[in-house]
Amino acid sequence: MFVELGHFALILALCVAIVLAVVPIAGAARGNVRWMAVARPAGRLLFALVALSFIALTWAFINNDFSLVYVANNSNSLLPLRYRITAVWGAHEGSMLLWMLVFSGWTMAVTIFSKHLPESFVARVLGVMGMISTGFLLFILFTSNPFTRQFPVPANGADLNPLLQDPGMISHPPMLYMGYVGFSVAFGFAIAALLGGRLDVVWARWSRPWTIAAWSFLTIGITLGSYWSYYELGWGGWWFWDPVENASFMPWLVGTALIHSLSATEKRGVFKNWTVLLSICAFALSLLGTFLVRSGVLTSVHAFATDPTRGVFILGFLGVVIGGSLLLYAWRAPGMAPSNRFDPVSRETMLLMNSVLLTVAMTAVLLGTIYPLIVEALNMGKLSVGPPYFNAVFIPLMIPVALAVGIGALVRWRSDDWRRLWGQLRFAFFGSIVLGVALVLMLAGGKYIMTSLGVCLAIWIIAGTLVNVRDRLRNQSGFMAGLKSLPSGFIGMSLAHIGFAVTIIGITITSQFSVEQHKRMGVGDTTQFAGYTFKMTDLRDIKGPNYKATGADVKVTDADGDAVTTLHTQKRSYDDVRGVTTTEAGIHAGVFRDLYASLGEPLGDGDWSIRLYYRPFVRWIWFGALLMMLGGIMAARDRRYRVRARQEAAALEAGQAGQAARS
Amino acid sequence: MTRYVLPLIVFAGLVALFMVGLQHDPSKVPSPLINKPLPKFVLPTVHAPDKVVASTDLQGQVTLLNVWASWCVSCRYEHPVLMTMAHQDNVRIVGYDYKDTRDAALQWLKQRGDPYSMVLFDKKGKAAIDLGVYGVPETYVLDRHGIIRYKRIGPITPDFLDKTLRPIIKRLKEKES
Amino acid sequence: MRTVAALLFALLLAYAAAPVMAADMPLQFKDPAMQQRYEQLLGKLRCLVCQNETLAVSEADLAQDLRGEIYHMMANGKSNKQITDYLVARYGDFVLYDPPLKRSTWLLWFGPFLLLLIAVVIMIRFIRSRRTAEDGAPRSLDRDRLSRLLREQGGRH
Repeated sequence: MFVELGHFALILALCVAIVLAVVPIAGAARGNVRWMAVARPAGRLLFALVALSFIALTWAFINNDFSLVYVANNSNSLLPLRYRITAVWGAHEGSMLLWMLVFSGWTMAVTIFSKHLPESFVARVLGVMGMISTGFLLFILFTSNPFTRQFPVPANGADLNPLLQDPGMISHPPMLYMGYVGFSVAFGFAIAALLGGRLDVVWARWSRPWTIAAWSFLTIGITLGSYWSYYELGWGGWWFWDPVENASFMPWLVGTALIHSLSATEKRGVFKNWTVLLSICAFALSLLGTFLVRSGVLTSVHAFATDPTRGVFILGFLGVVIGGSLLLYAWRAPGMAPSNRFDPVSRETMLLMNSVLLTVAMTAVLLGTIYPLIVEALNMGKLSVGPPYFNAVFIPLMIPVALAVGIGALVRWRSDDWRRLWGQLRFAFFGSIVLGVALVLMLAGGKYIMTSLGVCLAIWIIAGTLVNVRDRLRNQSGFMAGLKSLPSGFIGMSLAHIGFAVTIIGITITSQFSVEQHKRMGVGDTTQFAGYTFKMTDLRDIKGPNYKATGADVKVTDADGDAVTTLHTQKRSYDDVRGVTTTEAGIHAGVFRDLYASLGEPLGDGDWSIRLYYRPFVRWIWFGALLMMLGGIMAARDRRYRVRARQEAAALEAGQAGQAARS
Repeated sequence: MTRYVLPLIVFAGLVALFMVGLQHDPSKVPSPLINKPLPKFVLPTVHAPDKVVASTDLQGQVTLLNVWASWCVSCRYEHPVLMTMAHQDNVRIVGYDYKDTRDAALQWLKQRGDPYSMVLFDKKGKAAIDLGVYGVPETYVLDRHGIIRYKRIGPITPDFLDKTLRPIIKRLKEKES
Repeated sequence: MRTVAALLFALLLAYAAAPVMAADMPLQFKDPAMQQRYEQLLGKLRCLVCQNETLAVSEADLAQDLRGEIYHMMANGKSNKQITDYLVARYGDFVLYDPPLKRSTWLLWFGPFLLLLIAVVIMIRFIRSRRTAEDGAPRSLDRDRLSRLLREQGGRH
């Protein structure tokens, strides 16, 4: 009964979304205060209804209500409780409901944290979010309804795919959606600005914290996905340039360009049209990602149940939302005031470079991802575009980006002197080359150019950031006092840039120095590489709650013969319900290296094939990303946003009180 | 002025591309052997282990080379269609048993019927690599010169038989005369 | 009679051996450089059965067969190009994760760098135009510069 209530709530939510989409924007166009005032309550009601619906679906999963087709397809009474809840977003229909929940959550947040924004602006932003909600709710209710019933009710469900019965599934999709969907707020702000015909520095300051918050979530969402596939899939890889990975990476690239471009627009009123375009682009890529994953247009490890009819709907929705926005842009953007003046050596130029490089990088990734479609559509055969292409194109593009990060934050706005900059940075410049090359020579025998390049660039970024911090702390009474006086936006930026450098080190070293062995081993067999000896000490049968497995123990000793660890890896067979086999990798994590074992197939005579990996510095990749996320959160919390917001809210209220007093 | 409309134009192009893309199945791998001669092979048959068949033996008439196996689930759905074709259509169907055991194959044919004029036996699947086989069932349509004119990936459904396969066979036969 | 027995025995052996032969046998080169070349090449080829995995990693039957074929070809002195040509002749370009450079892929390989060039040219022209632009509507105070100027003057606010 409660579950049906959830279904009904979803239908009501659609009605509210339609109202939210139409009334406030019409109100803003006509200056009708009462219509505009519909926005906030409608937004909150939308969230309440969608949340109710989501809770109802979760309830159905917890209580094993297999009369729902979706529950029967994705759950099982033997499934542990936390995975019964996770299974809510385990497949297409439920994950769309999660998307909708996150979307209405951000809508709710906008209704709350917008006291400082003019009513017409808020009305437009929420109106845009209402339009998008309408589209998604229509999609869910008509093509992807998780509440469809079946009769007769099966005794038990088909179980959640064992690969998804993992903490990664609990965190990765929700964080990813928080990011994707969060960009809709920046999108809403951009459309509201275009509709209102007013695009200025104040708009950029409003938009920026929302955008940084969304970007931070997306960063951690992508990172979780990478980490999860590393330990789950059994071949120690952390990025495959799979179409769906690219679909999350492209909004991230544009999102990064956007937060930097917003900085320029906020502080100096430049690049207004470009920033608006980036805002539209970031959300467009989020929607595109949804399309690619669910339409069956590309082969991907992530693809949900592929259904071309759903693909048509999403494509149509994408066409209307983004086509409409770009039309609005083409109409309104030319009327905006042009950028202010700045000199070639200036922060504006650095940020422009950032935009250009990241946008070209995004285009390269997009091109590689859709190229197979282009070739097939033109009947020129069928080809694949994989990691060799992406690495060959993306990495060279990142080199100038890394160079720019080291220096960017030091350059002054509007006009700077390259001699002054050189004076500040020449020590860091030579230092990073010397230190980078020295480290590579010492530790790697100086063989690899790529390693030197990567390490030097990373050190350059860190050095440049530290020079900037030191510069800011000059003339402060004490170091700690100085640090506290720095705005959190500055600290956040510095932290994020350092995180980027840490990730570069991780990627460079793990790509160049990983060692992999694919061997046939039985109990007692040994193999040696990377200064370690690996010995298979045990091979046994294991029975789990819903699987059967063979487990292997691999004892690892170092060059001196000291024991390091025992890696335990399993090959699991979920025969009873889904007939799926998974590999559980045995990983010994370390700050400077991971040791990784992954059991393969039985070869007869008690031997198994097994893959052993030495992965140096791999954790630095995710640690760097974590620093980027933390930096983003700090930057979004900068006092100046809240202080200005309070001032503006007070002014608005005073203005309204004054109006009330006068009437 | 154009630079403001450019994003819209690029986007429209993308949408058009995706509309076309939605009509293709991304997992089907088209064969590069279309309009090329059947790769050379010499294989024993399932029924008579010492009898060998060469690829050239498949020339002379329009032929279907149907790759199947007793462990293949989709082949069970395809089989009745093949039996229909064996009785109704005037086309030679040659079976190609892929990575199977003789006993299981013979048992399968005994149970379900044998639509094949002969069944080639590729136990290890080595010759199949030359054919570009990557799954079962797959069916090659050969003209009388032994040139591959079409490759069907997946089972032959009644719909496919009517709409596509029969017209192809008809066209190839007309070229014969 | 003996030939029949021999034949049956052979069949039995073949049948018994079949599961082992079908299973994953990591083939290794003694020479580490060859081994690395082998593994790198496998990493650039797509498995056609498990289409989201490389030939290095996939445990599908066909992947194992192809790994064996490639091993033998390499042991017989074939170059990487000859091996990829062999595979492309049978499965098409789809099997290569590294798209070959040909007319149909010029846009793919040269596109991004062409775009970078065009973007940089536009960017330079835009920057040049800003040098002589007017300073328009009031903008946010450049606090960085202000605080720096004030610090240089002794920190008084």
